[in-house]
Amino acid sequence: MSDVTIKIKDREGELHEVQAPTDMAMNLMEVCKAYELPVEGTCGGMAMCASCQCYVLSDHELPEMSQDEDLMLAEAFYVEDNSRLGCQIPITPELDGLEIELAPES
Amino acid sequence: MIKTDILIIGAGPTGLFTVFEAGLLKLKTHLIDALPQPGGQCSEIYPKKPIYDIPGFPEILAGDLVNNLMEQIKPFEPGFTLGERAETIEKLEDDTFLVTTNKGTKHNAPVVAIAGGLGSFEPRKPPIPNITDFEDKGVAYIIRDPEVYRDKRVVIAGGGDSALDWTIFLADVASEVTLVHRRNEFRGALDSVERVAELTKLGKVNLITEAEVKELKGDDHVTCVGIKHKTEGDIHVDTDYFIPLFGLSPKLGPIGDWGLEIEKNAIKVDNSYDYQTNIPGIYAIGDVNTYKGKLKLILSGFHEAAIMCQSAYQRIFPDKKYVMKYTTVGGVEGFDGSKKEAKKEVVKAIV
Repeated sequence: MSDVTIKIKDREGELHEVQAPTDMAMNLMEVCKAYELPVEGTCGGMAMCASCQCYVLSDHELPEMSQDEDLMLAEAFYVEDNSRLGCQIPITPELDGLEIELAPES
Repeated sequence: MIKTDILIIGAGPTGLFTVFEAGLLKLKTHLIDALPQPGGQCSEIYPKKPIYDIPGFPEILAGDLVNNLMEQIKPFEPGFTLGERAETIEKLEDDTFLVTTNKGTKHNAPVVAIAGGLGSFEPRKPPIPNITDFEDKGVAYIIRDPEVYRDKRVVIAGGGDSALDWTIFLADVASEVTLVHRRNEFRGALDSVERVAELTKLGKVNLITEAEVKELKGDDHVTCVGIKHKTEGDIHVDTDYFIPLFGLSPKLGPIGDWGLEIEKNAIKVDNSYDYQTNIPGIYAIGDVNTYKGKLKLILSGFHEAAIMCQSAYQRIFPDKKYVMKYTTVGGVEGFDGSKKEAKKEVVKAIV
């Protein structure tokens, strides 16, 4: 299995180009944490805290939003049309080249 | 002043289990937690979610794990200071610690065990520019005494259980209740959603959905909230109080200023020998600590609690030698006079 490249803009606007494995059942929140980007992941990936909210900048096709994620985003702050919860996005080969930006901490 | 042997900061699963391990060593415990109920994240964030890696439980709901722990530690009669945040720590002349909460409650113990998880849960504040100017001047993130709102006008924001529950409750207390939520759907329990819909029909709740509170107006007290509606533009609602209920998020908070070595938002314990911090007598266990090889699992917290209590015992009784006994052999003797022990085998001779 090969890695995919993901571009992550942090809260200071700095761009990080990171490699993420597609065969380790990781999600985007976990990738951010693995690279020590300031993503808390408080609830551990249950779509229950929105601390991994990010804005999707590229036009990759992402898995459809579950109701849990949708309702969590309904209560999160700084939500935009391209907001997603990183923990709900599994790393798959299709995500190669994905560009995201971390939402402000809240 | 509350006096105890081990003062535990954080009443999550690790903090609760510390009570048990300390109890086996005849050490008394007292817990402080910022949340109004014990259980930490398990109670606050995911009580209805299953956990699959608690040894001996193929599956258990987080809320049930907390209930079981409370049952398990009951014989050791732990004290609780709930709804208060441990704010300051001071070392006294007799080598014990004085921990004071944000409400001024004082606790004294020779050993402090920080089991604070990701930190104390603080209300999430919506990004409204001048919101902090109105704190305690019409803006409240937590409802402490609902009577404050009797015959007053209240605007609540949020879409979860607490927003719905308080809307229902205050509908009978306040003179006017407005609930503002960004969506048409709510995340809370179905019957609460139905009740709010009912109250809206009866005219007891003014429900504004697909909208967000964006500004607050007033001189020395909130008098009006500015709401941005998705399709209808700006709406202004005159009110006496604005209560945003968007849940809680953990912050390490004042513990970060206690002179402990902090690394990546966690307290460094440089060994897995006894989980003591750089300040002797202060231990850090569970998700709040970090060391080489650290795993943030509930089961790791349980293990760390057991080890830490042994070390605490030695600190409190330097001259005594403790011999570890299995509960199956020694039973569990509660401070409440209860005693649990394995049944003795009945041996009967065949005549």
